[in-house]
Amino acid sequence: MRNVVTTLVVLGVLAGCSSTPTKEQEGASVEDRKPTVSQPAQKPADTGVATKPLETKTVTVNPLKDPANVLSKRSVYFDYDSNIVKDEFKPLVTAHAKYLSQNRTAHVTVQGNTDERGSREYNIALGQRRADAVKQMMQLLGASPQQIETVSFGEEKPRAEGNDEKAYAENRRADIVYQGE
Amino acid sequence: MTTILTRRIAYWLTVLLFAALPLAARAALTIEIVGAGATQIPIAIVPFRTEEALPQKITQVVAADLTRSGLFKMVDAGGMVPVPYEPEQLNYPQWQARGAEAVVIGTIAQMSDGRYDVRFRLMDATKQTQLAGYAYFAPAGDLRQIAHKIADVIYEKLTGDPGVFATKITYIVKRGKTFELQVADADGYGPQTVASSTEPLISPAWSPDGTRIAYVSFERRKPVVNVLNLATGQSRAVANFSGSNSAPAWAPDGRRLAVVLTKDGGSQIYMVNADGGGGATRLTHTSSIDTEPNFSPDGQWILFTSDRGGGPQIYRMPASGGQAQRMTFEGSYNVSPRHSPDGKSFAFVQRTGGGQFNLAVQDFASRQVQGLTDGRIDESPSFAPNSRMILYASHMGGRGILAAVSSDGRVKQRFLENAGDVREPAWGPAGKK
Repeated sequence: MRNVVTTLVVLGVLAGCSSTPTKEQEGASVEDRKPTVSQPAQKPADTGVATKPLETKTVTVNPLKDPANVLSKRSVYFDYDSNIVKDEFKPLVTAHAKYLSQNRTAHVTVQGNTDERGSREYNIALGQRRADAVKQMMQLLGASPQQIETVSFGEEKPRAEGNDEKAYAENRRADIVYQGE
Repeated sequence: MTTILTRRIAYWLTVLLFAALPLAARAALTIEIVGAGATQIPIAIVPFRTEEALPQKITQVVAADLTRSGLFKMVDAGGMVPVPYEPEQLNYPQWQARGAEAVVIGTIAQMSDGRYDVRFRLMDATKQTQLAGYAYFAPAGDLRQIAHKIADVIYEKLTGDPGVFATKITYIVKRGKTFELQVADADGYGPQTVASSTEPLISPAWSPDGTRIAYVSFERRKPVVNVLNLATGQSRAVANFSGSNSAPAWAPDGRRLAVVLTKDGGSQIYMVNADGGGGATRLTHTSSIDTEPNFSPDGQWILFTSDRGGGPQIYRMPASGGQAQRMTFEGSYNVSPRHSPDGKSFAFVQRTGGGQFNLAVQDFASRQVQGLTDGRIDESPSFAPNSRMILYASHMGGRGILAAVSSDGRVKQRFLENAGDVREPAWGPAGKK
């Protein structure tokens, strides 16, 4: 979040500087001075060329998609038979909760998943528990419950195919998906 | 993402495609049998007169049905001179010498309107009396079904239990990225795709009258309960509340379904109408997982899975909700309860100490539990309407397959599909006689 603010401030400063005209000595044409462009010491006299300020477009990076931002990370992983959000995922959940509390029109669906072992219907319920655990944590940190829907895919949409523990661990997961994605 | 219109067009093209295939289409499932019943009745089935001229060899289907049950042993029926088609032609001493206790004979004649007149008799080889005899009149397309009905009569006369050879099964096939809900004969013959999706389909459940199948679809990016009308091919969502909707189970009156909804936070059991109208009536009121409801045949009780005791176990409550009683006490993971149609027991899945998931059956009266299978992952038990066989999902060679086991554990069958991953079977109800 702090990275976003810094970026915006820097871009704001850049935008503010670009349109200030500089008054030169009489007779010389007025041209815009930009901090990043080096100016010649002597300006050419009566070039007759009209100049126009170059507009700088403000480029904002979507924090949700910025790989440098924790908000682009969307998956919380769980132990077998567990729906406890482990400590290593608390910063991720906290970041999304803060984003939701600061962007009240944003909506997410949290999708719960399980590995393939056991009854499919019981796994739908387990996956739901995982999604709900993430939702509850986000609510405690300031997100509004109306912003968060929770659903379960149980074992039906695995990210990793395979019968080994590596695949199982990848599938014991809750994913945070923003509306419109 | 396809629109509803393109999906509908695709559906009707599929229907037309299947309607255009000849009904004598290839069987997609072949069945392997292991094990035998406690006693096997030796029976001889003599090819019916003029049968060799027909596309469907009725006596072959009858023999396959009876063999597959594990309760019959086929006695060589060839080499008799003359070949018997009528009772007075039977040479009983010769049949007894071959060890047959029963002999089946019959005739087929084509009528002037093109239909077939099929007659058979079941004869007791020892008492030399007729045990049963029927005549059927039907077009060529129904010959296979007539064979199954003949097998049902023989099975019932000689074992005392109703036969289930003329019933249907449903299951889900995953091929690549497509999920198909299929309906086939109980011997796997003639599968028809009745619903298809690029998102998962699970938990099919037959209505008690066999006209509809409830199932769970993930097409809306969350689980929703649909009911498919088999005659019209139309599916309608009957539970699409916020959160997840799953685990449909028909009440015996066929008008309501128990389902599991998370709309009020947590997986709980509710009743909804089978036509989708009205809201949902909540049955369980816990902060645990309560799921996998299953009605008793008399409609009075619901078995379900709950982790209110710490881990998933099976409980029973009145069908209107209320006090639940725990049923399973062995092991830490008992799920997927299914009443037997005769109401005397229930099948379920237990996780063993070694981490396998196997089928077991528990008798209500004695509370005794018997393990039935020993695969790595066995799930989704479904009783045949006569309570004698249980269809379920297993794994072989990395793929999902269907399998069946007799309720006493002695007879085992494996259904081998040509391609695709098969799962989630459900045995259809007994048909009209």
